[in-house]
Amino acid sequence: MPDAAELELIAHELRGALGRGDADAATPVAETVHFRGRATLTVEAAQIRAVLGLLRERGYRFMASLHGVDYHPAEPRLGVLYELLDMERVDRITVRLRVPCDAPEVDSVTGEWPTANHQEREVYDMFGVRFRGHPELRRILMPEDYEGHPQRRDFPLGGEPVSFTFNEGELPR
Amino acid sequence: MEVSRQALPPRPHGAGNSTQLDPPALAVREHAASQLLRGAPLEGPSRPVHLPETDLDEGELERHVRERTLTTTLDRAVAWARSNSFFPLAFGLACCAMEQFQTAGPRMDIARFGFEAFRASPRQADLIILAGRVSIKMAPIIRRLYDQMLEPKWAISMGACCSSMGVFNNYALVPADKFMPIEVHVPGCPPRPEALMHGVLKLRKMVQDDPDLGWRERYDARGTEEVLPAPGAAAAVNVPLGGDTAGA
Repeated sequence: MPDAAELELIAHELRGALGRGDADAATPVAETVHFRGRATLTVEAAQIRAVLGLLRERGYRFMASLHGVDYHPAEPRLGVLYELLDMERVDRITVRLRVPCDAPEVDSVTGEWPTANHQEREVYDMFGVRFRGHPELRRILMPEDYEGHPQRRDFPLGGEPVSFTFNEGELPR
Repeated sequence: MEVSRQALPPRPHGAGNSTQLDPPALAVREHAASQLLRGAPLEGPSRPVHLPETDLDEGELERHVRERTLTTTLDRAVAWARSNSFFPLAFGLACCAMEQFQTAGPRMDIARFGFEAFRASPRQADLIILAGRVSIKMAPIIRRLYDQMLEPKWAISMGACCSSMGVFNNYALVPADKFMPIEVHVPGCPPRPEALMHGVLKLRKMVQDDPDLGWRERYDARGTEEVLPAPGAAAAVNVPLGGDTAGA
């Protein structure tokens, strides 16, 4: 893991490379968190491809995982996390972005990171985040005609009433 | 060491029968009795060549019937044969399948009961063991497999997930009772091979006692046979009743 100082250095470098210069404008890195040895960069959703590209140049060449989170009721609700790994230094960093629920659009990184193909489909399936530029964005786990995105926190838990002997006659078939 | 061979003394006959017959003559008379029972005349080609006369006394015929024949109904005989030769489908869904394999292993040895022929095709199977979770994406496929099995067919729901969805009672799973008739539910998470064997033997008892089992009425499940596509149609659809059924 990069220590806290190195994480700040990375953030500074990203801001210098991708930021617009003025302090008030949205910078690519919104927040750095170093917690229990785990370094997290929260970046702007629009800049994700550029940020990941620069991190790859720094040595984080392996995408270990791509997954989604629902931060309900915090806003913006949905999050996408990219876990990067530098295999030479055995160094990990987490890149996180947040998108609102009503317009969950993120650029796909499948072109640069082929492993993201199925994982972006899974995030789309479970959380409804749409990845722009994905070659085949369709459901991967749930049936094709399924409605809704079941891992969202406001999605009903679901389940079926189970027919046992004591309620066999009461349940609809 | 010298070995001598002796003929065995003739077997004693029934208490009331005082006539002593040597074994060849006895075999001839029993053959005559079986011919009589079949209704065949004791003349012509069916007449044993060594039969001296055809008069069998009543006690002899009765003894033959008591010792050599077993009467039952055809239904029970067929049920007996079916219940001792289930052909399970080689089919597993999740962790329960590991326990299902073990029923065929040396400890449980499902071959003791004649159920060891796990078939790879539903066309050759008459028992499907749903061993594991059934997701809503998998349910239509399982139903299709079940419909492709030939009558008579039975189903065992193995484990908590398949029967009551267990710890996975959420958006992704569906209990097996919702989409196909189940004869026996085996509880457990997962059930041990002993439990599955108990379930299979329960099913064997059910098939022996009542081949119909009554589930079609219970589930309103007339017409669970596979519906073949009409000529020119795209694919098979499995709907209850209506249309030509195959494999019924």
